Amino acid sequence: MESSSTEQTRNVMQSPRSPSSQPYLSASVTDPVKLGNGVQAYISYRVITKTNLPEYQGPEKIVIRRYSDFVWLRDRLFDKYKGVFVPPLPEKSAVEKFRFSAEFIEMRRAALDIFVNRIASHPELQQSEDLRTFLQADEETMERFRFQETGIFNKKPADFMQMFRDVQSKVSDAVLGKEKPVEETTPEYEKLKHYIFELENHLAEAQKHAYRLVKRHRELGQSLLDFGKAVKLLGACEGEPTGKLFSDLGTKSELVSIKLQKEAQQVLMNFEEPLKDYVRYVQSIKATIAERATAFKQHCELAETTKLKEINLDKLMLTRSDKVGEAEIEYREMKAESEEATIRFERIVKRMNEEIVRFQEQKTEEMGVAFHQFAKGQARLANGIADAWRALLPKLEAASSA
Amino acid sequence: MMGSENADGFEETNLNVPKEEMENLVLNGDGAGDGTGDSSNSAYRSAMSTLSNVHDPLSPLPTVLTPANSDPLTAPSSYIEPPSYADVIFSPFDETSDSEINGGEDSSLSPDSLSRSPSSSSSDYIKITVSNPQKEQETSNSIVGGNTYITYQITTRTNLPDFGVSESSVRRRFRDVVTLADRLAESYRGFCIPPRPDKSVVESQVMQKQEFVEQRRVALEKYLRRLSAHPVIRKSDELKVFLQVQGKLPLPMSTDVASRMLDGAVKLPKQLFGEGGASAVPVHEVVQPARGGRDLLRLFKELRQSVSNDWGGSKPAVVEEDKEFLEKKEKMLDLEQQIINSSQQAESLVKAQQDMGETMGELGLAFIKLTKFENEEAVFNSQRTRATDMKNLATAAVKASRFYRELNSQTVKHLDTLHEYLGMMMAVQGAFADRSSALLTVQTLLSELSSLQARAEKLEAASSKVFGGDKSRIRKIEELKETIKVTEDAKNVAIREYERIKDNNRSEVERLDGERRADFMNMMKGFVVNQVGYAEKISNVWAKAAEETSQYDREKQSS
Repeated sequence: MESSSTEQTRNVMQSPRSPSSQPYLSASVTDPVKLGNGVQAYISYRVITKTNLPEYQGPEKIVIRRYSDFVWLRDRLFDKYKGVFVPPLPEKSAVEKFRFSAEFIEMRRAALDIFVNRIASHPELQQSEDLRTFLQADEETMERFRFQETGIFNKKPADFMQMFRDVQSKVSDAVLGKEKPVEETTPEYEKLKHYIFELENHLAEAQKHAYRLVKRHRELGQSLLDFGKAVKLLGACEGEPTGKLFSDLGTKSELVSIKLQKEAQQVLMNFEEPLKDYVRYVQSIKATIAERATAFKQHCELAETTKLKEINLDKLMLTRSDKVGEAEIEYREMKAESEEATIRFERIVKRMNEEIVRFQEQKTEEMGVAFHQFAKGQARLANGIADAWRALLPKLEAASSA
Repeated sequence: MMGSENADGFEETNLNVPKEEMENLVLNGDGAGDGTGDSSNSAYRSAMSTLSNVHDPLSPLPTVLTPANSDPLTAPSSYIEPPSYADVIFSPFDETSDSEINGGEDSSLSPDSLSRSPSSSSSDYIKITVSNPQKEQETSNSIVGGNTYITYQITTRTNLPDFGVSESSVRRRFRDVVTLADRLAESYRGFCIPPRPDKSVVESQVMQKQEFVEQRRVALEKYLRRLSAHPVIRKSDELKVFLQVQGKLPLPMSTDVASRMLDGAVKLPKQLFGEGGASAVPVHEVVQPARGGRDLLRLFKELRQSVSNDWGGSKPAVVEEDKEFLEKKEKMLDLEQQIINSSQQAESLVKAQQDMGETMGELGLAFIKLTKFENEEAVFNSQRTRATDMKNLATAAVKASRFYRELNSQTVKHLDTLHEYLGMMMAVQGAFADRSSALLTVQTLLSELSSLQARAEKLEAASSKVFGGDKSRIRKIEELKETIKVTEDAKNVAIREYERIKDNNRSEVERLDGERRADFMNMMKGFVVNQVGYAEKISNVWAKAAEETSQYDREKQSS
């Protein structure tokens, strides 16, 4: 998948088994381990990177990372690659007692693995220096980076300038009597925005029912287990042949119950989780839409301000004021800023256009896989259940015709 | 009479549905179209809550059976003529046949010809239907007018010779049913008599509500069918009168001896004494359990007796078989407990199946919406592809949901046997209680006898001390000897009654044990056949969806 952005890109493969001349980068997140005690306890993961890219320190590297490191990486990418749909992370918070359950940990690990791999296979993101830091830096360095970024007082100089300009532009708006919000209104983009917002609603509903379905599997399994136990006890009260039949019925019931519990877990991991991931992705796109709106606003306002400065400069030049020099410098600076803002905005637009194609294709593929696995799983479950119960029929037939 | 085919081509076999209302549920459920079927769901939920009341085992499940919006007061009840059982051929288990899905033979106590009792021939047939509830007014002399009450039409079709006519129809109110139940309890002591529907302590306003009336109609029908399934009770005069005699029910409210239908054993004392008898209270009355308000004296005596029994006072003569009886009683209690437990778990199972079907349907709907959305908004082909994939999934989910719901309505039918037997366990307890109270009567009479004899001895001893005789004492002794003789006779009658009840107990319990075993086996078979059948159908639905998405199969591909 090649992107024609201004940076040079390579067609980097995921698989290390491809011919060694082909560049590849792959990562996996494995071996969750609980570290620390009490409130400070957390899970750490091994991140294994395999690559032949020259920017990396060798063909294989293993580092230890925790969830907040992944958050750091995502924040950095989101900041630096505006317009790209940065892959989403699994949810941060979780109910306390659930946080260390085997199920939750495994789901999180799988989601983090997908996260890293998506980044590694993204034509722009895979070039990121922050990614390299994430995949290679030792734990101390990583911790330092992480702490630097999470404080609210760690704003870069650029951010202050931005805040200043925001105030400025509001003032100029007021002065110029322009109170209305500045927004893109091209029909295509409107359509996209509408699509994304609606999609989230639909997906959230589907995901909700998928989650409930998992619960239903578990509940049905539980009720069959209880039913099996009850009829076994009932069988103990009855003489033969009914007693034995009840006992067999109870045993089968318990067996079917186990199948249901297993399938519940499969549905959770292979169907509900992909749906949840889809929802997260859409939410990430919404964040990107917000970024684009901000960029657009900046671009518009700086263009306005630049124009004003130009008008002002012309005025001063006419009056041969001694402030001309100053004004000229200001004008040039403002013009440069404005051009930068425009470039930023246009880059976002370009990225988004590419990203949306990629996103749709990726999602069709991923959901297709999820649907297929779900259908297969349900078919297997039903077959297993039919086989289990069917085994009882010869005995039941024999008994009732006797 | 084969059933109709629904849109999926799944043939719903109605071969063995005495509960013909179940067809309505299945058809209605399907008719709901989009798979949510709200009305059947909510009716089912209310059925579930009534099911959880184990103290009223006859409180109907079948709330679900009638379409929720029919008014039993104005519309005829849903009555579909069932096929003749002679037409039923039980098909051996066959992979492709759908008939086994409904279970082979019906698992519930079938009043129809396939009676399991070896004594009745296979052509015996009695079918009772309760229908057409109507409001009627009590005729009253008061200015305000009488109370309103509901009557039900009770139609009987039979070829039993005892009944005379092959078809009859009467109108009865609930109070008449209570009377019938009471009369049967008196006449058939020791028998396991199916318990009647509860009297409901509700406001008269509620009594008129169609849901209540419908519940009651169904309960009455079930009760009468159970009665007619009992090999002995179906031949009883009480039942015949109830089912056939037009106008107001002639079974009297009071136990006035003169107009009672007399059973064999009760006739005996009359033969012994002729009309009237020597004692003020007819002896055969003595062998009936003491009833509150009518025979207070006797009640007190028996109470004293039972208390003295507990304290190990006078040892009653009849005691030897008690041990076996007590063991049997224990076993029955244990069985009852397990049936209660199983029926509770059965309810949970049914609810879980219901929920599974519901959620699967909702999932399908959500994906149908998504399909529509993606198709409408599609800019890229990948979206259209995804829409198609979602549609395949949604279709499968909706179909599976329907199958779960059908599976469940069948499951309910089969596992209902457990609920039915809760009622029968009550009947067994009743039979055991009859035996205990008959024993108590015997013991009371025995101790009464022994105390009378003791008094007589004392008087004789005192009188013999008086030279020449003590006229007043001698007269007293004479009277006492009379009383002793009557009591002696009553004791003998009571013992015979007790023995008769014991026999009834034994044969009834044996009969019930056999029936219960057969019914439970049928239940299990029906349940399992059902599970197999629907699991296969559901599997096919998903196999198709897997096939349609097979291009996404990553297991086969090498990475």
